[in-house]
Amino acid sequence: MLPLSALPPGASARVMSIDTSDGALRRRFAELGIFPGTAVRCVLRSPLGDPQAYLIRGIVTAIRARDARAIRVRPCGGEVSP
Amino acid sequence: MTPAAACTVALAGLPNVGKSSVFNALTGLRQHTGNWAGKTVVCASGSAVCEGRRFRLVDLPGAHAFDAGTAEEREAADFLLHGGADAVIVVCDAGALERGLALTLETLHVTPRVVLALNLVDEARRRGITVDAPALSEALGIPVVPTQARDGVGTDRLLPAVLTVLGREPPEAPSGPPSPAAITARAEEIAARVTRRSGRDRSGGSRIDRIVTSRLWSLPVTLALLAVLFWITLTGANIPSRWLSAGAERLEVLLRARLVFLPAWLSSLLLDGVWRVLAWVVSVMLPPMAIFFPLFTLLEDFGLLPRLAFNCDRAFARCHACGKQMLTMCMSLGCNAVGVTGCRVIDSRRERLIAILTASVTPCNGRFPTLVVLFSLLPSLIAGKTTPASGFAAAVGLAAVLLLSVLLTLGLSRLLSATLLRGEPSSFTLELPPYRRPAVARVLVRSLLDRTLAVLGRAVLVAAPAGVVIWCMANLSAGGTSLLAHAAGSLDGFARLMGLDGIILLSFLLAFPANELVLPLVACGYLSASVLRDASVPLLGELFLAHAWTARTAVSMLLFVLLHWPCGTTCLTIWRETRSVRWTALAFLLPTAAGVVLCMLFTLVSGLFA
Repeated sequence: MLPLSALPPGASARVMSIDTSDGALRRRFAELGIFPGTAVRCVLRSPLGDPQAYLIRGIVTAIRARDARAIRVRPCGGEVSP
Repeated sequence: MTPAAACTVALAGLPNVGKSSVFNALTGLRQHTGNWAGKTVVCASGSAVCEGRRFRLVDLPGAHAFDAGTAEEREAADFLLHGGADAVIVVCDAGALERGLALTLETLHVTPRVVLALNLVDEARRRGITVDAPALSEALGIPVVPTQARDGVGTDRLLPAVLTVLGREPPEAPSGPPSPAAITARAEEIAARVTRRSGRDRSGGSRIDRIVTSRLWSLPVTLALLAVLFWITLTGANIPSRWLSAGAERLEVLLRARLVFLPAWLSSLLLDGVWRVLAWVVSVMLPPMAIFFPLFTLLEDFGLLPRLAFNCDRAFARCHACGKQMLTMCMSLGCNAVGVTGCRVIDSRRERLIAILTASVTPCNGRFPTLVVLFSLLPSLIAGKTTPASGFAAAVGLAAVLLLSVLLTLGLSRLLSATLLRGEPSSFTLELPPYRRPAVARVLVRSLLDRTLAVLGRAVLVAAPAGVVIWCMANLSAGGTSLLAHAAGSLDGFARLMGLDGIILLSFLLAFPANELVLPLVACGYLSASVLRDASVPLLGELFLAHAWTARTAVSMLLFVLLHWPCGTTCLTIWRETRSVRWTALAFLLPTAAGVVLCMLFTLVSGLFA
């Protein structure tokens, strides 16, 4: 398991848990459709390294590392299409 | 509800699914659309008639979900839950159905009178995605209408579909919505059932994206793109500009001959004051405005702006500001007041204030032509005589100025977050929509016509009074000297420290209502101060050279164009958005102080080397 922010561009993963006490952040993730079990793929890294953009439920969304860190994922080698 | 009463239909949908396009197609209005989330921040409403029934359509700002954080999303939720919409059209992106379905399911918990507009079907098809609309309709129990709203395809079937659901009764006591996770799971299940994908889905991480956001190429590509835009603007503006000023000159001669019956002072007021300021605004300021912004709109339609924000976010995070500030800066490029209103897309109050206070650092539509003229005069000022300008060098210079304005914005944001607006950056997510083929013809025609007419109207409105003021100041005298000479003289000492002169600083002050007046007022001020009153109007370059302009004057002026007080409209908007005289005053003082300091520093340092 690793934080979503550590997922390199091109890699796919499945969300295992969301660890944050920040209610607003948790809600934001819910709006993006991020729940345990959701498939994600990192598609882009910005030129300065942060944020990264993730393909989640067909939509590409940029998330800063300090926020994405709260999402724990299990990499799954790219065979899962989000 | 009586049959005669208009039926209120709310348009809901995630950001960036073409809600505004659906709205425009239904109402025939032309609300501006752009390819980035949250472009629409103000509730728009319009009307339509279908089968003899009147409809009031309300375009809700992009809504994520009904308990969401930002002001715009709360507004959307409030309207749907309490505002009494008779029916809702939920607009979904056929290419990314899941989250749209989640919103639809949530809406269905509030009201059964829902129609789903399955938008962007053409774009989805190009990406190999097709949605089985009848199956979706069956799964949800509501009408589903496939549309390509931008081209007006399918939208005519939306209101008839609304008519079929109007009879449905809302549940007696609406049950609380199930958990977001449950709704999402159900949306996922339905979407998987009705969506077919052929070939590899290339959504996200396209080749363009990998270049545009790469470490090596992002900055060069962005600057090159801007330089090309500016080059087209500069070379393109030259022709109508020459044509307009020749026309204005000929008209002036004609008017002068026709107005001989008027008292001399009145014809002078009308011709030397009102007419000249107006002619300059129209011939010098209008062409670059009319060319640059349609081009920029094309980039916006294409979807480049969110990528810019994505690339720059780290820098904004370092300054404890929000990456979406890049988006509001792009809006400021059109008009600072619009940029200030656009700051509503920023969730955190602290970060929104930072964006509002620094909005005026981005050169707007009204200041942009001044920069264009300054750059085209620069070779003449360096050589000391009229020299043709290289469009290419000027374009690169303008791109550099824009980069400088971004850096200045970052610097001031950092300053604010270290002093008055201290705090940690809040959480930040930004959608990167797929690139879209811009509607070239429509953008060019609409934005050229609409904007040109709007700018022209505004120019007449502000240029005429400004012309009267400057003429009066030049011609009313106290103690043997004109008011203009008095005012310019008293400002001159301070202005010289900044590398400017009294007339320039006075023009900036008088141009408070509208920035496009600065250069015309400078020119008018110089002309009325000169002895040769009736000489034909010289070229701006000759006029400025005659008043001891050097390249250093142009650079100082350039800096002050970037950094001075926001125009009157923007100040008013800042007050409206913050409801605070203190923040408005700070928005006025901060860039002004920065500009004065920067100009003085430049004058001092360049003086050492001169």
